[in-house]
Amino acid sequence: MSVLQVSVYRYNPETDSAPYMQEFQIDTHGRDLMVLNVLELIKEQDSSMAYRRSCREGVCGSDGMNMNGKNGLACITPLSEVVKSNKLVLRPLPGLPVVRDLVVDMGIFYKQYERIQPYLQNDEPAPAIERLQSPEDRDKLDGLYECILCACCSTSCPSFWWNPDKFVGPAGLLQAYRFLADSRDTATRERLSDLEDPFSVFRCRGIMNCVAVCPKGLNPTRAIGKIREMLLANAT
Amino acid sequence: MVTNITNFGRSGLSDWLIQRISAIILALYTLFIVVYLLLNPGLDYATWSGLFAQTWMRIFSLLAFVSMAAHAWIGLWTVTTDYLKHTGIRLAVQTTIILAIFVFLVWGIQVLWGA
Repeated sequence: MSVLQVSVYRYNPETDSAPYMQEFQIDTHGRDLMVLNVLELIKEQDSSMAYRRSCREGVCGSDGMNMNGKNGLACITPLSEVVKSNKLVLRPLPGLPVVRDLVVDMGIFYKQYERIQPYLQNDEPAPAIERLQSPEDRDKLDGLYECILCACCSTSCPSFWWNPDKFVGPAGLLQAYRFLADSRDTATRERLSDLEDPFSVFRCRGIMNCVAVCPKGLNPTRAIGKIREMLLANAT
Repeated sequence: MVTNITNFGRSGLSDWLIQRISAIILALYTLFIVVYLLLNPGLDYATWSGLFAQTWMRIFSLLAFVSMAAHAWIGLWTVTTDYLKHTGIRLAVQTTIILAIFVFLVWGIQVLWGA
């Protein structure tokens, strides 16, 4: 059976009064395509189909979407990994406003990222060449800096769905810890005091949806635990 | 920093810590009561009131009541902020919960020391 049954979320706010699911039959010729390839074949059938894509190799983070109920990057997700009984359901990332079809408005996601001040802050005079870091201190950033901000994690998190304006979300918190853990950053205390309210960090219930979906295999739940430890160490 | 005024400890960190400590106290209290009931199958009024007449049991019980009050406040506050999006309704429900917790706490103290 090489004809795949694909059901895609469609919504064009200029012409549709409500979103609907459109059915496509895609001939895969028995190949184990990536989901992004299937979308390209759909676009050949219906050129009005809208989705984001760029690098097609899991680096840019443009094509995060919900495939058969699980968030991931369409370009590095093979059909054999998601398709069940020859059916594929594609939806936009949950919890964000839909601009059109599979394209979502990531504004609130970036706002939370901006809030954690994702840049090095150091109040000591800059050395002549560069701020050095020991290999051991550099190792602490592994598993943190690799995030590509595809939003798969934050949009699979119910805490982020309910309070996207107050809860930073797993992606933002992973980056918050990336700068808290950096030996060259001197704003640790200020960063921590911005996070100790009941929402920013503590709305995390530790259900680990973020870990389950991260296409880069990162662990935001562990980073959130480390932030809690730092907050506790700072305040007790 | 997100400002909050109706949560228990005014801080997410303190709420988080209190929630965990109160959970341990409530678990120990529950375990004690269950074991006590299992070890005293033909429990009569004299034994039961004798247990609660002892100071350590009153302290343990009051500790459990206070833990329950804090635990319920923190937990239900979180639920209301997740699901009740209308400010008026959310504030009304939060106020009702806090008042009910206060009533139950005073009532519990009265039960412990009243008889």
